[in-house]
Amino acid sequence: MDILYLLIPLSVVLVFLIGALFWWSLRSGQFDDLEGPAHRILQDDDDAKGD
Amino acid sequence: MSLSPTQSCYHCGLPLPESGRYFALIEGKRQAMCCPGCQAVAEAIAGGGLASYYRTRTTYGPRLAADAQRERADLALYDRPEVQAGFVRRIAQHEHEATLILEGITCAACIWLNEQHLSRLRGMLSVQINYATRRARVRWDPQSIQLSEILARIAAIGYRAWPASRAGAEESAKREARAALWRVFVAGFGMMQVMMYAVPAYLAAEGTMSDDIRLLMRLASLVLTVPVVFYSAAPFFRGAWRDLRLRRLGMDVPVALGVGVAFAASVAATFTGGAEVYFDSITMFVFLLLCARYLEMRARQKAAASLEYLDKALPLAAHRLSAYPTSMDSEEVPAVTLQRGDLVLVRPGESFPADGSIVQGETESDESLLTGESHPVHKRTGAEVTGGAVNRVSPVVVRVERVGEDTRVSAICRLVERASGQRPRITELTDRVAAWFVAAVILIAGASALVWLRVDATRALWVAVAVLVVTCPCALSLATPTALTVALGRLARRGVVAARGHAIQALAQVTHVVFDKTGTLTEGRLALTAVHALAGMTSERCLGLAAALEAGSEHPIAAALLTVASPQASRDPAAELRNVPGAGVEALIAGARHRIGTRTFVSALAGVPTGEQTTETCNATRVWLGREGEWLACFEFADRIRPQAHAIVQRLRDGGRQVLILSGDAPPAVEAVARRLGVESFEAGLSPEDKQARVQALQRAGACVAMVGDGVNDAPVLAQAQLSVAMGGGALLSQANADVVLLSGRLQGLVDALGIAEQTRRIVQQNLVWALGYNIVALPLAVTGLVTPWMAGIGMGASSLLVVLNSLRLVDAKPAQEQGSFEQATQPGG
Repeated sequence: MDILYLLIPLSVVLVFLIGALFWWSLRSGQFDDLEGPAHRILQDDDDAKGD
Repeated sequence: MSLSPTQSCYHCGLPLPESGRYFALIEGKRQAMCCPGCQAVAEAIAGGGLASYYRTRTTYGPRLAADAQRERADLALYDRPEVQAGFVRRIAQHEHEATLILEGITCAACIWLNEQHLSRLRGMLSVQINYATRRARVRWDPQSIQLSEILARIAAIGYRAWPASRAGAEESAKREARAALWRVFVAGFGMMQVMMYAVPAYLAAEGTMSDDIRLLMRLASLVLTVPVVFYSAAPFFRGAWRDLRLRRLGMDVPVALGVGVAFAASVAATFTGGAEVYFDSITMFVFLLLCARYLEMRARQKAAASLEYLDKALPLAAHRLSAYPTSMDSEEVPAVTLQRGDLVLVRPGESFPADGSIVQGETESDESLLTGESHPVHKRTGAEVTGGAVNRVSPVVVRVERVGEDTRVSAICRLVERASGQRPRITELTDRVAAWFVAAVILIAGASALVWLRVDATRALWVAVAVLVVTCPCALSLATPTALTVALGRLARRGVVAARGHAIQALAQVTHVVFDKTGTLTEGRLALTAVHALAGMTSERCLGLAAALEAGSEHPIAAALLTVASPQASRDPAAELRNVPGAGVEALIAGARHRIGTRTFVSALAGVPTGEQTTETCNATRVWLGREGEWLACFEFADRIRPQAHAIVQRLRDGGRQVLILSGDAPPAVEAVARRLGVESFEAGLSPEDKQARVQALQRAGACVAMVGDGVNDAPVLAQAQLSVAMGGGALLSQANADVVLLSGRLQGLVDALGIAEQTRRIVQQNLVWALGYNIVALPLAVTGLVTPWMAGIGMGASSLLVVLNSLRLVDAKPAQEQGSFEQATQPGG
């Protein structure tokens, strides 16, 4: 049962990590446009020369 | 994914013209173009180094709008500060931001093309295009680039963009919704995790769990409860603090007290090794309450959104005709600068920029935004048009009559604002009740704590917390406002504005519906109702003769006759037309002298009337037709009853309400209308004082009276009635002083409103009964210590949620009084 001394704090840390991750993704607008990125990945702008 | 067949335009995909003289050089190859427009667009794209667009696109590109050149001039409008005020945010001196709506986006390559194209402009700070909403958020430096230039550049590659006006309100609503969702998420996530630590403690048999592990679990729960209490529950603490500072008691006070005390005591128990901690109850309680609040907020925002569009109905720009009628050259001006008497050209698909009347042309106007009426209204020359309505069919020239604050749209907006600014009496009442309730709850909690201190000191605190939480009147406070908000939004979508806070409540109680003008039941103009041919001539022939006689007249009866008389009926030319004012018209038709008009006027020509013609069968306006020595026909005219009036009256009756007519109009007209609609109680020729006295008499007998009128006249009567309903007619609306306004001018709106109000009342009642009943049962249980804090949390939270969900049923429930059969029922009513 000693492993609980590690696992319980670990679970708390994990909860905060997951929460922070979700917060960051919400804030950075990742949930605002759920369609666009799927298409955008197909574009390569490497050969677009600036003027 | 290759889209370059040789027979069609490389850019837009349309067939190539025979001549084949348009080309553009794309990635080193000459590609055929169908027109100079596509050539220009393709060259702009290739010239910008963006030709790879053509390799990745999945649909053909947009064609350059035919009127692109003209639009270029229009775009300069968007640089004017007074126009920009509506949609440009000034972030810094050298940084402006606006949201643009993009038209022509068909595939992801379009997004890439626009983003790349725009981001290379000098002075462009950032471009973000949302694929789902087709909106671009642009930031630019006004020192080096103008908004019109940005819009023109988008037009140059074949797309169209215009500013999304007044995005500010939407943005803040979105932010509020996002923050609320995040609070719910934190509380929910915390709750689940805390529950994981709490369950072993509940399930473990005595002595199987070491103190260390128990402490560790409690510490973990504590850490996870901290964000729930200090972040998710923050609105409750803030609300409670605000209430206390204002020296009143709201429902946030017991919530904050319960959460605060339970948290503090649990923290203390954690560190001193106390018997019980209730972190699980705290997180669950907060989560359930936040769910209820979140749903309530969503309903509120949705109701607001159903009215918000009104604000945006008026277009930003208008085409002013300065030299009409000599020239049709129009000049683009901001709609705000229009003045009374200006002539503007409104093309199909555009909105009318102000209220006015049509000077030239004929079209259909779609007023569904304003009135909820889905059928476009036909507008002839001279007809009134409403600013914000959409011109559907053909271009028209409109003379501006009312602008800005005087327009109908503004009047509606003000009505709505006034309504939302007033708190309904019932909400105030429940708030007052809730305040007393809260005071009682706190006292009872304190008292039971004192009693329990003597009985079992260890449980005193938890009993107090359970009492606080379980009996907090959250459900009571949510019961009414949520239902009312939802109902308001729903009424608005049907073209009914509840302009006063108490309108919905009063609507539900109406027992007597009084029409104060026959004009509310009739169409307000004369129509031919019957033709009695007296000399064996056909009715058509009589009508033809009458039409010939009345052809030059502008009398309302002449107009009614001429609309009915078909052109095929022989219209013999009338000669020697002689108009005798107040009597009729005389003329020679086919050599014989004919007269049309009053009975005396015609009998002077036709001789003594027969018995048949003297009988007055009903109260209609009559006109006689005769020629020398002979009576020809008798025409009856009446103000036509509105098509739906029969069914409406029937429906009001079916709903257990009495229908009355109290009118100031002449007795015969009122009687005719009442007879035809089957209204038994009617009085005519009443002065405003008489009407007020009649309404008072009804009220003394216990009636709740709704007065239906045009909302302008008879102010004392309208004030006397518990509820006044105005049929929104044009300009009158701005002066309307009614509780409820039917924007569409259709009586159906009244029946809808009554149905929705009735439903709202039922739901509010259910909510209140539930909230009170729940508290009555829960309180004794909590005081006697039978309810633990976690039960209290579930009970209260679930109760609030239930009340909100019950109110949300109003969103799309069908009112009891509107069924499909209604449409058929109205048909014979004309």
